[in-house]
Amino acid sequence: MIVDSSSPAPAKKSLLLSSEADLQRTQTPYVTGTSVIAIKYKDGILIAADMGGSYGSTLRYKNVERIRPVGKHSLIGASGEISDFQEILRYLDELILNDSMWDDGNSLGPKEVHNYLTRVMYNRRNKFNPLWNSLILGGVKNGQKYLGTVNMIGVHYEDNHVATGFGNHLARPILREEWNENLTFEEGVKLLEKCMRVLLYRDRSAVNKLQIAKITDEGFTISQPYSLKTQWKFKAFENPTVGAEGSW
Amino acid sequence: MFRNQYDTDVTTWSPAGRLFQVEYAMEAVKQGSAAIGLRSKTHVVLASVNKANSELSSHQKKIFKVDDHIGVAIAGLTADGRVLSRYMRSECINYSYSYESKLPVGRLVVQLADKAQVCTQRSWKRPYGVGLLVGGLDESGAHLYYNCPSGNYFEYQAFAMGSRSQAAKTYMERKFETFTESSRENLIKDALFALRETLQGEKLTSSICTVAVVGVDESFHILDKETVQALINEFEIAGEEAPANEAAPQDQGGDAQAGAADQGPTDQGVAPMDI
Repeated sequence: MIVDSSSPAPAKKSLLLSSEADLQRTQTPYVTGTSVIAIKYKDGILIAADMGGSYGSTLRYKNVERIRPVGKHSLIGASGEISDFQEILRYLDELILNDSMWDDGNSLGPKEVHNYLTRVMYNRRNKFNPLWNSLILGGVKNGQKYLGTVNMIGVHYEDNHVATGFGNHLARPILREEWNENLTFEEGVKLLEKCMRVLLYRDRSAVNKLQIAKITDEGFTISQPYSLKTQWKFKAFENPTVGAEGSW
Repeated sequence: MFRNQYDTDVTTWSPAGRLFQVEYAMEAVKQGSAAIGLRSKTHVVLASVNKANSELSSHQKKIFKVDDHIGVAIAGLTADGRVLSRYMRSECINYSYSYESKLPVGRLVVQLADKAQVCTQRSWKRPYGVGLLVGGLDESGAHLYYNCPSGNYFEYQAFAMGSRSQAAKTYMERKFETFTESSRENLIKDALFALRETLQGEKLTSSICTVAVVGVDESFHILDKETVQALINEFEIAGEEAPANEAAPQDQGGDAQAGAADQGPTDQGVAPMDI
């Protein structure tokens, strides 16, 4: 083998110290979804989320479906980095596909999917390369309702009502006061809309275009997008600069 | 069986389309001591004959708990059985870890069968010399499967394997239609009766058998000796002098059939894997 002695050996950067390695690890989110809220009701689970995808402080994308079905028995709602949610949907697609390839009458229920997601999220967190999402997993199997949540650090739990992001601070107190286990579908939707309205007023990354999804033993439906009525004619909002001329 | 030039390794077919090594492995199962299983809608019972080599030694463990909802009884090369039990336990616990729920019995059995099949298609391996009776419960109900060294598996209402198992099969063939609706106690009783058939007149005591149960609200567990002996006494299944006649148990009417003679396998000559 003839070595060309005229060309200098290329300077080799240590991969551990180089920026290439870091680009694979702890990220910052770019396009994000805001709160998702969900409750158990008489016949199953209701999940609500708006259709916004923010790019920092810009409300850039307004047609992002943040609630999706998983297999026959579950729905997933996600907030956080949208591209990571899309990746999670691909993992779930493969999971459900392999499950149905057994072709044996068994199927993964919401509890199993939730636990699988918990393992995925926690493992990524341990590698310092999280999927930047907070997820809600709800569903019904054989009459048993299930509602759980898991986030980017792997914290997971089940409850009768769960929320992500700002929903934790604004929606959950309302749900604690007003949730009961015999809510009808209409009552459940009203309750979720009440929470979504508060979020719309108070969360700067909320957009007024939402979907509410329902899952029962019979199957799931995800509503067409719609808007909430809002009320801005408050005295305090009129002539806001009356006490401070020149301000805006 | 028959020594011939096509039986040296598992990757050689015979001209008749048989893999003799696999069939010989199934012979090993037939040589092991008997193990039986039966199931109802809500319970599965596994039972085995445990003969110690000598008075001084303990007997081999033939029934293993795989998970709270699955157990397995083995016959044949017990070392192979132990290794496969460890594999089954591992699969169950890995599934539980990922999905926080119980591995469906049907899936475990398929994984086992695929593992056995690998050994029938590698020149550097040999088939597992053990038959497995896998009994368990999952969402779809109670199940009993038989996995054989060929990589085949079947679901059964009741099954027996090992030496003199044909006697137990004959008993169970008469009664299997009652098993689905049977109570837990009657199911265990039938298991003990069937096991007794394989002993050919020897006295059935709890020291030479092992019985295990799994049910809807009952984790898989092996019944202790006192319980088994009490059941044997209660059902008066203990012993008979003459192997020819069956003593009439309380609730069976008019069974005049001569007992435990082993019938020659009617399917001799047909490759067992075809069954």
